[in-house]
Amino acid sequence: MANKIAIFPNTRLEGHGKVEIFLDDSGNVKDSYFQVIEFRGFEKFCEGRHVEELPRITPKICGVCPGAHHMASSKACDAVYNVEIPETAKKLRELFYNAHIAHSHILHFFALGAPDMLLMNEEPAKRNIFGLVAAVGKDIGIAVVDNRGYAQKIQEIIGGHQTYPVSSLPGGLSKPLEEKDRKEIQKMAKSLVEFSKKSLDIFARLVLQNEKLVEIVASDLYRHETNYAGMVDDNNKVNFYDGMIKVVDPYGKEVCSFEARDYLDHVAEHVEPWSYIKFPYLKNIGWKGFVDGPESGVYRVNSLARLNVADGMATPLAQVAYEKLYSFFGKKPVHNILAYHWARLIELMYAAERIHELASDSSITDTNIRTIPTGDPSEGIAAVEAPRGTLYHHYVTDKKGIVQTVNLIVATVQNNAAINMSVKKAAQNLIKNGEVDDTLLNKVEMAVRAYDPCLACSSHALPGRMPLELKIFWKGEFYKRITYNR
Amino acid sequence: MKKIRMILNWSASCGGCDVAILDMGRAILDLPQKVEILYWPVALDFKRKDLEGLKENSVDIGIINGAVRTSEQEEEAKMFRNKCRHIVSFGSCACSGGIPGLANQYDRDDVLKRAFREAQSNVPGETTIPQPLTHVNDVDLTLPEFFKEVKALHHIIPVDSYVPGCPPSLSTIGEFLGSLDAIVKGKVKKNVFASDKALCTECPHGKTRETKKVENLFRPHEIIATGDRCLLDQGIVCLGFATRGGCGARCIRVNMPCRGCYGWLLTMFDPGAEAMSTIASIAGDREDYMPATKIMNVLDKVRDTVGTFYSFSLPCAGIKRKEK
Repeated sequence: MANKIAIFPNTRLEGHGKVEIFLDDSGNVKDSYFQVIEFRGFEKFCEGRHVEELPRITPKICGVCPGAHHMASSKACDAVYNVEIPETAKKLRELFYNAHIAHSHILHFFALGAPDMLLMNEEPAKRNIFGLVAAVGKDIGIAVVDNRGYAQKIQEIIGGHQTYPVSSLPGGLSKPLEEKDRKEIQKMAKSLVEFSKKSLDIFARLVLQNEKLVEIVASDLYRHETNYAGMVDDNNKVNFYDGMIKVVDPYGKEVCSFEARDYLDHVAEHVEPWSYIKFPYLKNIGWKGFVDGPESGVYRVNSLARLNVADGMATPLAQVAYEKLYSFFGKKPVHNILAYHWARLIELMYAAERIHELASDSSITDTNIRTIPTGDPSEGIAAVEAPRGTLYHHYVTDKKGIVQTVNLIVATVQNNAAINMSVKKAAQNLIKNGEVDDTLLNKVEMAVRAYDPCLACSSHALPGRMPLELKIFWKGEFYKRITYNR
Repeated sequence: MKKIRMILNWSASCGGCDVAILDMGRAILDLPQKVEILYWPVALDFKRKDLEGLKENSVDIGIINGAVRTSEQEEEAKMFRNKCRHIVSFGSCACSGGIPGLANQYDRDDVLKRAFREAQSNVPGETTIPQPLTHVNDVDLTLPEFFKEVKALHHIIPVDSYVPGCPPSLSTIGEFLGSLDAIVKGKVKKNVFASDKALCTECPHGKTRETKKVENLFRPHEIIATGDRCLLDQGIVCLGFATRGGCGARCIRVNMPCRGCYGWLLTMFDPGAEAMSTIASIAGDREDYMPATKIMNVLDKVRDTVGTFYSFSLPCAGIKRKEK
């Protein structure tokens, strides 16, 4: 047996995962595996349910992106009943949903991702949100907490609860928006726009002006050339709530563009016995294993992928930020995985601006927000861009709207193959001759965290947590367990 | 003052309970002044070894959210019990199995097969299913065992307090965090951080409730509920009458019915069965004069009885999981 390193649990991630690294006899990395170690089985136990309950049940797949499941599920239910929802309901859902994206991106960047970039060489006990606040100042800490709070508050106003929204159902929404709430949302949106500016500014100052960090962000260590998929609106701009799913190859050339309901023509899933989550790939190219490049069916989703497939952002300040990113790297698509963090902040700006636009539309308080379905329910497929990538819900019901089958392809799963590849690449470059320490291991883990993987979501097929284990095996036996204690 | 030593963990859960704690806002930034957190995988970089290194009974409070579905989750729960003087079951999944507990309606192998073999996006003829042990490229990779059924935390280890809710509301969490000192000193009076009264008592429509018979039942998408009357009186199955209060009737405030995430009242033996009995008794006005087919039509609106009445509590219900 080869030599193995395990990082466990993977921390500052949503869900349960581990990384195992195997060394060859000379102590260099032979192989590595990123495994998701839990499973809940939502597809099965959604069977037999009243389909209109799925927008309340499926959000429990993930506590970080419940809003994404709430939206994808409601849209799939609309499709099951073949019902067109009123215009105002659409606007409200999109408003809700952009607030959801804002909450998730703020949470990931400041609590989970930024400690990697800014506190990279700190000891583990300081490498977290509390350490970040100590490093960048309590003012910023307060702004983070307050603005994420606003994003949550907006979701609560429309969805009924800040974490578990319930108001969206087949045909629209259960409650209209009151004028006083519209004004409050508008006010909070202004603050979110300012906060997004500040966040981009922090990134520009602390990352882009730091030569060492720039070197790491741009390095080949954290880079893969793959296909990308994401949702775009009619003008080819990034959209989270609705649009066509566009796929580009590693050179940025369009591979295909399709409606969510045609997803089975374009996407299939590979199964490995050693992980509780699957490995989706582009059907036209096929599963060629854990390899990148244009010959491989592996594709990536999430923030950077969306920016890579789109022509730009639909709001002005986000567009400026978008252009900055591509001029920094000098070409498109950008393949550097740490750029996912930057892309997240650009999307945060778009979400904030879009919330403000929608909340400034006085017709959004119209009370016509429901169409009672009259058709016979049958089958429905829908997708949204979850914070972590495209999310598909596919339901088949009997004529009473009782669920017969459910298929879910969640965002993180689509990055599963790429995460495995990124971990291996980072490990191979960082671990030489059996020499390894914990900061180094965090740098391996950073490759995982850049994807903001949500193992709760991906293991919906079981419930989710994502710890990272790192054990090293060398010369046939357990060689070293890395701890973060000093 | 000595800081409270605390560890937190998640089992078969979604992370929403952890997010709910972060939703406390600015108060969370002050937490480190009062509490020393020694393990919390979602937010801090302590690893399994750090947890293992803690001495028996050396931690004041251990908070666990999520149900128990894998061997690894059971092992960690037992480890928490060993390290902590006080264990808190946090959220619906830990307290009563929660939504993932609905999987107990199905056999374990069917659950795995559906996801890994039968899903529409799988390759036709797929035969692979994740295994506890896989030998690949000369190495062994392991996965925790997926248990036959979902269990609540108290099925695995003794629990000292319960904080129900999916997720617990901010006021519930506030009350709980405000009681930490008292819990550590053993002075806490109650062991369930929720109301002992039914949700109806705090529902904005509680006073309008007539509890009369309803002619028809409606599924939520079939009717536009008005925001000024009891949902049950409008014919929508709402479980507020069988559920503990404490959430602030958050779902009902947006015209959506209660599904029972705060768990059952102490006076009830099996709340799902009692709720079912209540609904059966109010459904169908003048049912004595109704033909059986009409009565069946009314009850057809609760075709999914398990999902309607045991949404959050199946692992703790009187009915057993499916066995082959």
